Amino acid sequence: MQIYLPIAELPVSIFLIFGMAAAVGFISGLFGVGGGFLMTPLLVFLGIPPGVAVATGSAQIAASSMTGVLTFWRRKALDVKLGLVLVGGGIVGTFLGVLFFNAMRRAGYFDLVLVLSYVTLLGSVGGLMLIESLKATFMPKRVKVRKPSRLDGRWWFETLPFPVKFERSGLMISIVPVIALGLFIGFAGAVLGIGGGFIVVPALIYFFRVPTAMVVGTSLFQILFTMIAATMLHAVTNQSVDFVLALILIIGSVIGAQFGARAGQNLKGEHFRLLLAILVFGVAVRFAIEIGVKPNEPFSIEQQETRQ
Amino acid sequence: MIRLIVAMATFIGLCTQAPAERLITSVSSSRVLITSSYTGAELVLFGAIERDAVSVSRAGTYDIVVTVRGPVSPFTVREKLRIGPIWVNADQQKYVGLPGYLAIHSSRPLTEVSSKPLRERFQLGLMETVAARGGGGAGSEERRQYFHNALIRLKSNARLFQSNDKGVVFLAPGLFRAAISLPATAPLGNYEATVTLLSDGAPLATEKTDFEVVKTGFEAQVAAAAFGQPWLYGLFTVLLALGFGWLANYAFRRD
Repeated sequence: MQIYLPIAELPVSIFLIFGMAAAVGFISGLFGVGGGFLMTPLLVFLGIPPGVAVATGSAQIAASSMTGVLTFWRRKALDVKLGLVLVGGGIVGTFLGVLFFNAMRRAGYFDLVLVLSYVTLLGSVGGLMLIESLKATFMPKRVKVRKPSRLDGRWWFETLPFPVKFERSGLMISIVPVIALGLFIGFAGAVLGIGGGFIVVPALIYFFRVPTAMVVGTSLFQILFTMIAATMLHAVTNQSVDFVLALILIIGSVIGAQFGARAGQNLKGEHFRLLLAILVFGVAVRFAIEIGVKPNEPFSIEQQETRQ
Repeated sequence: MIRLIVAMATFIGLCTQAPAERLITSVSSSRVLITSSYTGAELVLFGAIERDAVSVSRAGTYDIVVTVRGPVSPFTVREKLRIGPIWVNADQQKYVGLPGYLAIHSSRPLTEVSSKPLRERFQLGLMETVAARGGGGAGSEERRQYFHNALIRLKSNARLFQSNDKGVVFLAPGLFRAAISLPATAPLGNYEATVTLLSDGAPLATEKTDFEVVKTGFEAQVAAAAFGQPWLYGLFTVLLALGFGWLANYAFRRD
């Protein structure tokens, strides 16, 4: 069944979009990632203009993270204080990211910046996680031996000024690196059209040693607020939020996210990290192939956006 | 009966004193309405060649070329080249004067209809139109031609550019029909169909008719809200997202 999208201005198959949204929603609920790094490329692949895909995707990410936040909130698996600090840094980062986005676009390097950023960011994060979780899965003894060293092995940035206590996560660390992380996520999110969950989750686990149980909820909390702001920003500045597309994506993904969140509860910590690592690394490889292999069609047409 | 028609034709001919052939055209629909089930549209253009008594009788046959142009939409064609280990957009041509939709239908292959200089002058053909309206891009003539070819290939694949040398069908010696096919991705706005009558390669008459593609009903209201009330529209979308997020959580909760 085809439906015409009023802002994207083309017809799409409802069931195809719905199924895709449910699949991305499942992954999003499972790992506490927004799923933007999957959804945006998939929508573009289906022919939705990139601007509309990014803007509408943010509304969908807001909806599925809302569902997740409520679930984790009830389970008390959410560190609001840590989340709010991340959001604070994220707002500044988003602003800087939009400035950078516009500058790159004017210079004509945006496509290249986008793909290279995806490859570097997803590749390095995914690669590191993959190595670590493979070690943890297949050589569990070595990890156990390391555990005692956790107390004295603090990162240098944890002892910077302005220490804050995050009771929920059982942490006492400087606020500076947390704000810096939020800032970086906000920046990357605005430039790449992603929520940044795949960076927040591993960063909280590896750099701040936030308990895995607390990580997903906190990450979703931060994503929720960033995406509400992004949706409003897109609707007001470039009018590319497609209401009909958003509705299909939202219904598909919130249902998918429910099953994902439940499936995540039965996953072991190491397996969780391994699967997320494979996913993130896989997307990086996909983007690397895109720029590394001779394209079938070297030509592309880009429509100039006509302001109405 | 025949005598009556001849008499009437003579009368009309004398009254109007038209110098030669005249074209009368009409499109089956002057407005293509986009609803939620829109997947493109098919229109039919009808035309009649009206001859009067003073028209010279011609040895050759009549040829009809129907050119349908959508609203002008600027775009950039880019070519990926290998730079170091990666393929990046390295070269580009900007096109500012081309229509977003272009269909050229004719009763015979355009190469038989008219000579090259005439085809170029009257933009009879996809390449002729692109070359004439493409704008003076940078680079050598061969380079531009290279991009023109790529552009036509990509646009033709999307059915946004069409060229059909059997697209005009004569129903009777003076009566013809052309089917206009709009893919769902054809741009919104005003379309102009130009009908050209040629004989022995020389254009005798042209006639223009237009139609428009517009959103209607719910689709139009959504678009109007998005552009007219962006704050409200954004807020509504956010609330909808949060509402559905909450609803799904509520509906599926088990703990």
